[in-house]
Amino acid sequence: MTDKTTSTVAVIDYGMGNLHSVAKALEHAADDTTKVIVTSDPALIDAADRVLLPGVGAIRDCVGEMHKQGLVPTIRKAMQEKPFLAICVGIQSLMSHSEENKGVDCLGHFDGNALFFGENHKDNAGQKLKVPHMGWNQVNQTIDHPLWKDIDSGARFYFVHSYFVVPEHASEVAGTCEYGHEFCVALARDNVFAVQFHPEKSHKDGLQLYKNFIHWDGKP
Amino acid sequence: MGLAKRIIPCLDVDNGRVVKGVQFVDIRDAGDPVEVAKRYNDQGADEITFLDITASSDDRGTTIHMVEAIASEVFIPLTVGGGIRTCDDIRNMLNAGADKVSINTAAIFNPEFVKEAAERFGSQCIVVAIDAKKVSKEGETDRWEIFTHGGRKPTGIDAVEWAKKMVDLGAGEILLTSMDRDGMKNGFDLGVTRAISDAVHVPVIASGGVGNLQHLVDGVTEGKADAVLAASIFHFGEYSIQEAKETMQSAGIEMRL
Repeated sequence: MTDKTTSTVAVIDYGMGNLHSVAKALEHAADDTTKVIVTSDPALIDAADRVLLPGVGAIRDCVGEMHKQGLVPTIRKAMQEKPFLAICVGIQSLMSHSEENKGVDCLGHFDGNALFFGENHKDNAGQKLKVPHMGWNQVNQTIDHPLWKDIDSGARFYFVHSYFVVPEHASEVAGTCEYGHEFCVALARDNVFAVQFHPEKSHKDGLQLYKNFIHWDGKP
Repeated sequence: MGLAKRIIPCLDVDNGRVVKGVQFVDIRDAGDPVEVAKRYNDQGADEITFLDITASSDDRGTTIHMVEAIASEVFIPLTVGGGIRTCDDIRNMLNAGADKVSINTAAIFNPEFVKEAAERFGSQCIVVAIDAKKVSKEGETDRWEIFTHGGRKPTGIDAVEWAKKMVDLGAGEILLTSMDRDGMKNGFDLGVTRAISDAVHVPVIASGGVGNLQHLVDGVTEGKADAVLAASIFHFGEYSIQEAKETMQSAGIEMRL
């Protein structure tokens, strides 16, 4: 039998949380020419065609583990040269700074910060809003992008987070959501795309986004 | 437009089968867990909760395999509960593909376990399940207490205070079951649902007593629940998830259709 694998997606495993669901969803979205690997090995990440940076848990542990395991140079290199997708805390780790855990410096790929919704978060009518922002919310696509292919603007994705990103450059915003106020839930620049929601838990539209990523050439 | 309220079908699993009883007795078979979960995923359920109601240690391996099988085919959030007592139990369930675990009895015997679990795995995956029963008499101020052992043993703990304490310790969500309603089909206990939802800043899932779709509507509009959980009305084909969502949307509740 010949190996039909023509491309590899590396899911970066930096020791945090459960990557099973991310890998399973990528495999489900992939065809048999795409191989999904979950790894912390810089050589394998370097060799992969596409890289996915998941994010689970609190930012201090998340960024801390990336440094501790010596993965930061590998992540930066991947963001320079190949299709790269960050999800959930992954998007927050790409900002300059996060308010979580009394303030944590992040990787700074995107200028801007991650801020807390606050425990007294309210909507325009003054009704209390629960934090974390948990459940299915509508994502408005603010730009055309290959990763939004075959997904309707306004489609619902699954979120669970208490912090949200505030990028300095509006041109990098790819999608927004409304929860008490409008905020950014997707960022895009060159070959890097990052989302706050969990595609692997967002049923058909989430799997479509992964499929789009698997076929993305890294051009905006 | 904004965040949708959630409908969560619940699979009570005993010896590898989905079952449903009335107040935890008089069990009825409702199918294979993996098939049932897939059906709800296809029908548009917003999440799935899997409760291992035998929860004896020898069945734990079976449960892990089932969770793995469900997680490979169901791409919506999956919560697993029943017999979660240690951080190892949590890690095993998350590794099997669960997104959240539900802690019940272990939190009562050792509240610090909730704190330890939230610090280690993050509040987003720690659900604390509360089984509450009304203990105030007619004419008295409403009061609800926590019960264990399927609603048989009172603990003397006030349900609203307990919910607040669990959130302070790191619970990311509360799964509230009104034990005197469970399986009775006469609707959620809206009083305790509202009291707890008002008292905490995390989402509250209402459970116990759903007999028709209006009960789901009431759970959100009057109980202020963020999500509603039901089992038997979906298991035995009385209503589909889609019908439930349409009814809720018609009542002015934002849903994911």
